[in-house]
Amino acid sequence: MLDIKRIPIPALIGIVLTALFVLAAIFAPLIAPYGNGEIVGDVWEPMSATHLLGTDNLGRDLLSRMIYGARITLFIAVLATALSFSLGAVLGFSAAVFGGWFDTLLSRLVDLLMSIPTLIMALVVLSVLPTNLVTLILVMGILDSTRVYRLSRAVAVDINVMDYVEAAKLRGENEAWIIFREILPNALSPLVSELGLRFIYAVLFLSTLSFLGLGVQPPDADWGGMVKENKDGIVFGIGAALIPAAAIAALAISVNLVADWVLNRTTSLKGGRG
Amino acid sequence: MADNKAKSGLLLDIRNLRIEATVFPPGEAPKNIVLVHDVSLTLEKGKVLGLIGESGAGKSTIGLSSMGYGRGGVRITGGEVILNGRDILKGGKEGFRKLRGREVCYVAQSAAAAFNPAHKLMDQVVEATLLHGTATRAEAEKRAVALFKKLSLPNPESIGERFPHQVSGGQLQRVMTAMALCSEPDLIVFDEPTTALDVTTQIDVLAAIKDAIRDTHVAALYITHDLAVVAQVSDEIMVLRHGRLVEWGGTRQIIKEPRQEYTNALVSVHEIEHQEQNPGTTPFLSVKNVTAAYGRSHIKVLKNVSVDIYPGQTLAVVGESGSGKSTLARAITGLLPPEEGTVTFDGRPLANKLADRPKEDLRQLQMIYQMADVAMNPRQAVGTIIGRPLEFYFGIRGRERDRRVADLLDKIEMGKGFIDRYPAELSGGQKQRVCIARSLAAKPKLIICDEVTSALDPLVAHGILKLLLDLQKEESVAYLFITHDLATVKSIADSIAVMYRGEVVRYGAKSTVLTPPFDAYTDLLLSSVPEMEIGWLEKAIKGRRMASAGN
Repeated sequence: MLDIKRIPIPALIGIVLTALFVLAAIFAPLIAPYGNGEIVGDVWEPMSATHLLGTDNLGRDLLSRMIYGARITLFIAVLATALSFSLGAVLGFSAAVFGGWFDTLLSRLVDLLMSIPTLIMALVVLSVLPTNLVTLILVMGILDSTRVYRLSRAVAVDINVMDYVEAAKLRGENEAWIIFREILPNALSPLVSELGLRFIYAVLFLSTLSFLGLGVQPPDADWGGMVKENKDGIVFGIGAALIPAAAIAALAISVNLVADWVLNRTTSLKGGRG
Repeated sequence: MADNKAKSGLLLDIRNLRIEATVFPPGEAPKNIVLVHDVSLTLEKGKVLGLIGESGAGKSTIGLSSMGYGRGGVRITGGEVILNGRDILKGGKEGFRKLRGREVCYVAQSAAAAFNPAHKLMDQVVEATLLHGTATRAEAEKRAVALFKKLSLPNPESIGERFPHQVSGGQLQRVMTAMALCSEPDLIVFDEPTTALDVTTQIDVLAAIKDAIRDTHVAALYITHDLAVVAQVSDEIMVLRHGRLVEWGGTRQIIKEPRQEYTNALVSVHEIEHQEQNPGTTPFLSVKNVTAAYGRSHIKVLKNVSVDIYPGQTLAVVGESGSGKSTLARAITGLLPPEEGTVTFDGRPLANKLADRPKEDLRQLQMIYQMADVAMNPRQAVGTIIGRPLEFYFGIRGRERDRRVADLLDKIEMGKGFIDRYPAELSGGQKQRVCIARSLAAKPKLIICDEVTSALDPLVAHGILKLLLDLQKEESVAYLFITHDLATVKSIADSIAVMYRGEVVRYGAKSTVLTPPFDAYTDLLLSSVPEMEIGWLEKAIKGRRMASAGN
């Protein structure tokens, strides 16, 4: 049913690039020419046959670190986004369907969370809790879910008053059916477009946290952390910091190309058959 | 503009008009479709030509072409539109600007959506006149007040000071007619001006429009799908279908001696044979003294309403909008718990609130909505939509479910092939049929039909009504039929309840309700239904005993 020839070229580029990133992340130990923390040469060596992307501020192979970095970056960003979407969407839809005090309580709580700048909130929480992957993902996911909550609640409120939802209520369907079978499929389009955006925000937010020293801890590094490690080189005309930055940009664009294409298909009311 | 007009009686001459649009089917190359196939028409000064046809017939498209306008990317690709002796299509943008609002004016279907809610009525009525500089503001306003008087609007001197939301729908439609007439155009395009109105309001607007046309000697294109309406106002009628001309002739000829089969079908569409059934001894559902209101409002939408429904029979609830007929349905289904009174079903009282009703009670009462497109989840295929009640109430799954769905599709005269279509891939009539199948799947005792045919073209609506009657015989299901259309009621009801402002004013078997002597409201309602009879409008206006609530 999915014909490769019918996928538009931008989406194809996006799929190929995203797939490359994902494969690199999964098979990192097999692909990477050197170890993650292994010091293999001089500080900031230029690109050469032995070190394809040169070395970093401590003389570690940059390509290897990029590949291991993809693993950490994607892992955290994907899980944090997944968490924020499942949490935000389910709560948002429930608030719209149940209404009343449930809606009021939840919405005000979200307002409260949103009124504190995300970064400061994250800094406070992460400096109190032990810094490991689980807390990092939980903090990022929960903070981001407030945005998803507002969007899904707004979308679901509109859908909840449609006749087909009323028909389902008259049939006696329970709330779970109404949320997951009546509202969710119809709210998918705005959610998918938001997903592309939110995923990239998660990557950037992780980078910010690592940059501030609260994210991924050395010797591991995500791409944002690697920008930080190599930023001093820029003053001396060494572009090692630009490579992880370019990787973030490439990931952002390719994920959004895929999201746009998925969006095009989910907006079709004819089952994507054209 | 007066020079060449005087020379001949011909005002508008459309020759071989061809209108095309580009459609973009998802995943396919864009393609051109022809909406209007070489249609020609002529219109003399002061005459009214009715354009009639079902949706998609191209009547609005043709009407708008007389002002050189193509709605939503529609292009006029061939032919000539000669107005007052010159081809307006050659005039370019500047030409259109001079023409629109001065020589040709437009009256839209939904006045509520067509007025700018932020400006007073008077400012909008005189706007075109002032822009074209044909009169000073004082003159234009004087003209507008005179028109308000002619259109029998209340307080003609001061109504212009009001905002659009401060007048009723029927009044707004008349104000829009005044707006069109104010710049003294040669031609007015009326695009379904009374379709969105109640019958009782429609007759007032219709009479006002007819008088105004007669007194100002303006020519008009009157677009509608209701042949009975167009028969009242137009001199000639043009029947269109799929963008092609079917028949064109004088009003009398079209409605009395149609020459084409399609016209004949349109003319005779209202007649369905239905033998009234005697009410049984025990009703299975009775509504007793129900009073209901929305929120904590003091305004009661239902006041002490009592009706009975007998097994396998149809109760029609009739009334204009705001009379509480849909609220009655909401009270019965439990969506709006009544404040007082009870609903008994099979001898036991039904829980007031939807949440308190057992599944079995929910199964017995099903509902069909007015707008079939929003009554079905656009993301579910027909198989899921019809199959869900089977799963939900009877636990039928898998192949057995598919077989039952196929049976139901067969019952609504649609094939098995529809099983994995999505609602967006169905026509309006097919959508309503799927909704009928969904409610039948629950094997209910009562189906509430809320204006199920009013969004459909007459021929399609006719098919739906026949289907409902056939299904009633097969399944012995009862209907509570909510409608404002008395022709529908006459063809399917066994008993009738007439509602007015939340009260049942007349109730009984169909034959008794429709037999004189009538109370004032039933009389108004009955006499307001347009009949396909020339001169009916004048007769109906003369014979009325009370003014409609919308005025």
